Amino acid sequence: MAKTFKGRMVVPGSGRAPALVSHGGFNTLASYQSALMFGDKAVKCGDQNNPDIYKKSLVNAALCLPQTIGSTTGGMVFYAAGALGKLPAFMCFSKPIDSLAAAGVIMADVWTENHMPVVDSLGDEFLETVKTGDMLTLSEDGTVTVG
Amino acid sequence: MILTPEQQAILDGEKGEVLSKVMKTLVMYGEAFGAEKLVPVTSKYGHTVISFGINAMKPVYDLYDQILSANVEFKQKFTADPLPLDPNVPSSLLQDLVFKQFMYKQQERYEDQLRRMGITGSKDFTCACYFDEVGNIPEKGDVLSWAESSAVSYANSVLGARCNRNSGMIDIMGSAVGYVPYFGLLTDEGRKAPWVVEVKTSARPEAQLLGSAIGMKVMEDVPYIRGLDKYFPDGLDADAKAYLKDFGAAAASNGAVGLYHVEGLTPEAVEQGESLILDGAQVYVVDDAELERVRASYPVIWKNPDAKPKLCFVGCPHLTMDQLIDWTEKVEAGLRKNCLSKVTVPTVFTTAPAVVEEFNKGPYGWRLKKTGVVLSYICPLMYMNNPLSKKMPVITCSNKLRTYTSARYYTESEILDILTGKEAE
Repeated sequence: MAKTFKGRMVVPGSGRAPALVSHGGFNTLASYQSALMFGDKAVKCGDQNNPDIYKKSLVNAALCLPQTIGSTTGGMVFYAAGALGKLPAFMCFSKPIDSLAAAGVIMADVWTENHMPVVDSLGDEFLETVKTGDMLTLSEDGTVTVG
Repeated sequence: MILTPEQQAILDGEKGEVLSKVMKTLVMYGEAFGAEKLVPVTSKYGHTVISFGINAMKPVYDLYDQILSANVEFKQKFTADPLPLDPNVPSSLLQDLVFKQFMYKQQERYEDQLRRMGITGSKDFTCACYFDEVGNIPEKGDVLSWAESSAVSYANSVLGARCNRNSGMIDIMGSAVGYVPYFGLLTDEGRKAPWVVEVKTSARPEAQLLGSAIGMKVMEDVPYIRGLDKYFPDGLDADAKAYLKDFGAAAASNGAVGLYHVEGLTPEAVEQGESLILDGAQVYVVDDAELERVRASYPVIWKNPDAKPKLCFVGCPHLTMDQLIDWTEKVEAGLRKNCLSKVTVPTVFTTAPAVVEEFNKGPYGWRLKKTGVVLSYICPLMYMNNPLSKKMPVITCSNKLRTYTSARYYTESEILDILTGKEAE
């Protein structure tokens, strides 16, 4: 049975994509750096410390995460990934968005033509419910439907 | 957000489209966190986390070209993170080819951009810009537009300055217009701690292991740490500052800690004490068993876990002058004890270019060189980020380097034993 969660839209938009779930913090630099540096079209996650998503493709997925962690290059990495068309389909944060992720998605929104919808504050239960591979639907009002 | 007439004018495009987009970025960034105003950047200098010119980040340099072509007059100069290349660091011919011909093809272009945007000097590439030898040392209470997780953590926690965990590019945009949004770690409320960490180890914990444990636990929250100050009876001296530099870097990279308070030690904890702890704060106890548990959780991703190390990096974040001297003396003593003259693994110690210069002027420069250790200003993280280096069995006592690369973590004393041949006994 489908379950819905209501969050806050940080970057407006909607979408439908399979979930890729990181229960721990998403380390943006560690996840993206190899893929960006060497042109991996599938953008496989390179963060060895994140067994949930290590070596899994980040593109075309609904990336579900609590927040991002790690280096303050994080926002710049999101911006570059956005400009190169290598961002997830959309992002679902269970917690309020962190400063690095916010900077990245906002810079992509202001400075490029590629926009990735982002919703935050979906709550801890969201990450407890959603599983990698579940189909997610994001509505423009910030509602995420699982299943 | 309520803007001043000057800020509104910039946003409205009176100073050009590019500066308007810079202002729009900062306003949207602040609004995502409920900021009601922009406040002036008060530090003398900024600091940017980006010091590398790689093809994958070409969109970033393209954006900087837009800023430069609009003749934006920067409100402050800035320092930058360590450079990614140093010919003194051991590398194979193939690595040299990959570094220069493939990876860092944008390096020259980017360094030229930095000069034109306002880097303070050709030697000011370090993650530890707050070293005396570098001189980018904010005053307590200064508002900063910095990025570089370890530097932001140090500035907030040890120096009492105020800076959010800004992303690269946001740092430059804040330095360009001279304003940053007022939220998070800039506010009194945002500097309070929802976590209390009780350190109950049997001895002074390894800085980068304790930082890792706390970072993984509290993520981006502010921890108030008890039980650590007893290991620093002389207060916030050079030893304590070096320890906190390393601790903070691990907490910032293994988690997302931008500010921590150490009871009886860091300036705000000394002034405000337990009033910094939020009601209902969670408690995390760190004892010897917890540190061992955390360390055991680190994956070893070497193809052959038993491989002999081919390279060792010490100094991520960059080493202080005192740390360099201490390491030099310990390596010398270890080699003497084991009847060796050179370290057993090719080893690179890293520090700020200004420290390299100063260190090499004195006797320790020669003494370190005699042990076979290379002293460099390089960013080890940048060195490691390519398939050739990734395949190398590299060891380090940096939990930051471990987190972002295939380097394997050992404690400082274990690294010393390996370098000085104790392992072979």
